[in-house]
Amino acid sequence: MAKDIKTRIETANAEAFRRMVAADPVLVDVAPAGDVIPGLTDKMVLHSGPPVDWQRMSGAQKGAVIGMLLFEGWARSKEEAIKLLEDGAITLEPNHHHQTVGPMAGTITRSMWVFVVENKAFGNRAYCRQVEGRQQFGDSSQEALQDLIRWHDTWAPALRAGLRQMGGLSLKPIIARALQMGDELHNRPHAASSLFANAMAVPMIEAGIPKEALISTLRYLAGHQLFFLGLSMAAAKATADPARGIEYSTVVTAMARNGTEFGIQVSGLEGEWFTALAPPVKGLFLPGYGEQDAGLDIGDSAITETVGWGGFVLGGAPGILSFVGGTPEEALSYSRDMRQITVSTSPEFLIPALGFEGTAVGIDVRKVVQTNIPPIIDTAMAHKNPGHPIIGAGLVRPPLDCFKRALIRFAEKYGLK
Amino acid sequence: MKTKLEELLQNGPVVISLGVREFAESLQDQGVEVVHVDWSPPAGGDAEMAELLDKLL
Repeated sequence: MAKDIKTRIETANAEAFRRMVAADPVLVDVAPAGDVIPGLTDKMVLHSGPPVDWQRMSGAQKGAVIGMLLFEGWARSKEEAIKLLEDGAITLEPNHHHQTVGPMAGTITRSMWVFVVENKAFGNRAYCRQVEGRQQFGDSSQEALQDLIRWHDTWAPALRAGLRQMGGLSLKPIIARALQMGDELHNRPHAASSLFANAMAVPMIEAGIPKEALISTLRYLAGHQLFFLGLSMAAAKATADPARGIEYSTVVTAMARNGTEFGIQVSGLEGEWFTALAPPVKGLFLPGYGEQDAGLDIGDSAITETVGWGGFVLGGAPGILSFVGGTPEEALSYSRDMRQITVSTSPEFLIPALGFEGTAVGIDVRKVVQTNIPPIIDTAMAHKNPGHPIIGAGLVRPPLDCFKRALIRFAEKYGLK
Repeated sequence: MKTKLEELLQNGPVVISLGVREFAESLQDQGVEVVHVDWSPPAGGDAEMAELLDKLL
């Protein structure tokens, strides 16, 4: 019996790995969330991380949700927004329950335009909103909302026109090149953002976008080093989802945080979350902020680590260390450690600094518990209270309890306990 | 012919250090030849998890 289940797990994990590395994410559209995200209804706010209600939400996420109510016009003031939320007039659901991910607080409502990424190898779609430095961190000021309005009115429609002109953009070649240009595609997607801007410029001109909107959008793309994070997250989600629901697989299909709890999902335990208190982030603060201000770990962006990017490839992205802290030697050892807790390495995403070895793919819950090595994640930091922009960035590890709980549940489900 | 013990005392030991890296580094600082092996108890010493992992891994 015991030997049999080990074989079944190995076979299932090999299949999960195969599906992840076979993924072919293509940006096919940029569209209003309400038109494309399955199950996103009126008066609903999608958020990052595992499920959480208004009362237990972290400060940053509360601030971001309030911002979305103001953006949609569902409330005219913060006070009115809070009243609606306290009265239960707004539905709150995790992005991950809607084939979606979002950076930091991750808030998405029907009028927010999102990237639509289709995994051509499996036909599934995933969605992610754009990345910015204020509202997604809990800042609901008029200034913060202005960025969402410009994205809605000008930048997103211009990108849609360019994409339609070119018939979609394959993301895998951009990701592979960027990984060899010092990106890790989470907090350092600088090369990928430039490659994306290069790819979009001519098609947007060809699409006949009015000059003012065109210049504004090109300026936005050229000046936004973190732009590609929204695309790498959507691509990662589109990559991870086909690996869901494989019976007997112990491969992690999502890691996500809401600033209150850290949650993981596991292929062979589809639909369940395994959560623990979100950990603090260790890193560097922007001027004017310190440890006493920091909220706990937040965001769906750990979907990048779930498929082997982000913290897993820090060794190939030493430039990011000035943002998150640490030494190049430590970064290399993090990347090597990740091989101990994964199924295998990618045949296509190669890291020059690691002798052109592939990225570590397919986090195995068993190996995490066995080695006591939790995945490494690099991340931005939000304030503990609503109303602030980004305050810093650093490194964080999920609580081991998430993985231990998943393992106990796995044993129950598959008849070992 | 020298005994093993005499050889050890005369030539100095070659140390294999298991687990905590600082032990190896401390000896290296004193000029002792050390081979360090990364090791930690399975599941960080959590007996319930170690028992489960025996069946699953």
